[in-house]
Amino acid sequence: MTAPAYNFAYLDEQTKRMIRRAILKAVAIPGYQVPFASREMPMPYGWGTGGVQVTAAVLGPDDILKVIDQGADDTTNAVSIRKFFIKTAGVRTTTETCEATVIQTRHRVPETPLSEKQILVFQVPIPEPLRFLEPRETETRRMHALADYGLMHVKLYEDIAHYGHIATAYAYPVKVDGRYVMDPSPTPKFDNPKMDGCAALQLFGAGREKRIYAVPPHTSVVSLDFDDHPFEPYRLDGACVLCGADDSYLDEVITDDRGARMFVCSDTDFCAGRRSAASSAEGLDAERRRD
Amino acid sequence: MKDNEDEPLLVAEGLTKRYGRQTGCQDVSFELYEGEVIAVVGESGSGKSTLLQMLCAQMEATSGRVLYRKRDGVMCDLAAMDEAERRFLARTDWGYVHQDPTIGLRMAISAGGNVGERLMAVGQRHYGRIRGTATSWLNRVEIDPVRIDDSPRTYSGGMRQRLQIARNLVTEPRLVLLDEPTGGLDVSVQARLLDLLRGLVADLKLSAVVVTHDLAVARLLSHRIMVMRGGKVIESGLTDQVLDDPREPYTQLLVASILPL
Ligand SMILES: Nc1ncnc2c1ncn2[C@@H]1O[C@H](COP(=O)(O)OP(=O)(O)OP(=O)(O)O)[C@@H](O)[C@H]1O
Ligand SMILES: [Mg+2]
Repeated sequence: MTAPAYNFAYLDEQTKRMIRRAILKAVAIPGYQVPFASREMPMPYGWGTGGVQVTAAVLGPDDILKVIDQGADDTTNAVSIRKFFIKTAGVRTTTETCEATVIQTRHRVPETPLSEKQILVFQVPIPEPLRFLEPRETETRRMHALADYGLMHVKLYEDIAHYGHIATAYAYPVKVDGRYVMDPSPTPKFDNPKMDGCAALQLFGAGREKRIYAVPPHTSVVSLDFDDHPFEPYRLDGACVLCGADDSYLDEVITDDRGARMFVCSDTDFCAGRRSAASSAEGLDAERRRD
Repeated sequence: MKDNEDEPLLVAEGLTKRYGRQTGCQDVSFELYEGEVIAVVGESGSGKSTLLQMLCAQMEATSGRVLYRKRDGVMCDLAAMDEAERRFLARTDWGYVHQDPTIGLRMAISAGGNVGERLMAVGQRHYGRIRGTATSWLNRVEIDPVRIDDSPRTYSGGMRQRLQIARNLVTEPRLVLLDEPTGGLDVSVQARLLDLLRGLVADLKLSAVVVTHDLAVARLLSHRIMVMRGGKVIESGLTDQVLDDPREPYTQLLVASILPL
């Protein structure tokens, strides 16, 4: 058998065209959830089937793909999606943010600023930001249509009433291009400001819920808040033990059974890049000292 | 633009609702003026709730229309307004108090959030001020403000109903529709709620349509009364006149049944 077992990037061309049409519509109406005929993928829901379909639809043979899960390239989920595209599309992959042309991500925006040449694809479990407050789909659609978003602030009000501050830390609601309220997927709110005016195209795919939405390059993404309780991008107060970064999003690692802990960058590529830059700078310093 | 205050606030013209072959409401017409309270009484299934829902465009009429005078003085056909405008009116200029407070309230949200929702919906973005307004409304409906962060699930029936009233009145609407506001409450709790409602209606110069089974409620709250049966208004007039001297045999029966009270 010489014929490839799969069409390029697994999905057939018809399906990819259908998804691209949904993506174009999503780009034309920033933040609006476009329904699409989500396909069964050879992986379970919750493993990024929405993101995978979007990636498959935008990927070309010359693209360089990076896949991250919670900032890391080497988790099971990221590895299996990367392998999937190596096998079905034969594209090059990378772990370096600046080298990638398409980045599929679960729950993080890379620390390294993105460029116009890149597309960031988010895996989304629940695309509807109003769902928690209004379970009826007919009603949430009407609320979006009429930009009737008071209820979103009721949720933030409840946070402050119960916790003294806006406790929502993930999936923090944003308004896109001054019009649609959007769930930025379960990214930490630390990443919200990176979505604002981002140079890269940001695409969001929800497989089970069959929705695609988008933030086109250089589009405003504003986190909702109150005048007297302004939005604050939360991060753990500390520095990465590996690279020393004190401005990146940190994961907490428990180091023994007595509760000792340390912080490391959640974005593994960002951290590695800082370390290698530091060690080559050290090397340079050492050489200079020898001279 | 207050030059037409002596025009009615709301006009119902030939309102009819059919549910398939079933008639909900048939050819109901009346006018409601500012500061006026009309009671709608009648037995179960006579079309009272159907009428109320058509008055605020929660339900589309099969035929007939509702005209409403907006704050700018312009009289508008509700069916001709776009949905955004109807929604805006529904949360600023109108209130709707359900018999069942679990429908009228958001049970998963604190009392303060329930009262604040309309304020946030019309664009208020200052937490402290929203909370301040919610606190003063809780006081006004006789709910202890220490309960502001509690869910209405922890409230008694009477408290829930008072919370529902606060949630509706916080934007100072001009028109309030109440569907059996005292239904399902103990007699003493009913009396307190009625007192409260009567005070609020007078203080805020509200126009109201109140649906009730209870002629005593109609007597206490309303200026005029409409008696419904089988979807039609069979008798209407000044409340005291109708209740003291009913002309229709059906109304006479209704009145007679409460005489022992
Ligand atoms: N959604 C519906 N579908 C079909 N018929 C309905 C519907 N809603 C109401 N009806 C019918 O319309 C008539 C009027 O009902 P409505 O609920 O307006 O009465 P009501 O006067 O409010 O009664 P109650 O005092 O019991 O609340 C009844 O015969 C009822 O069965
Ligand atoms: Mg009813």
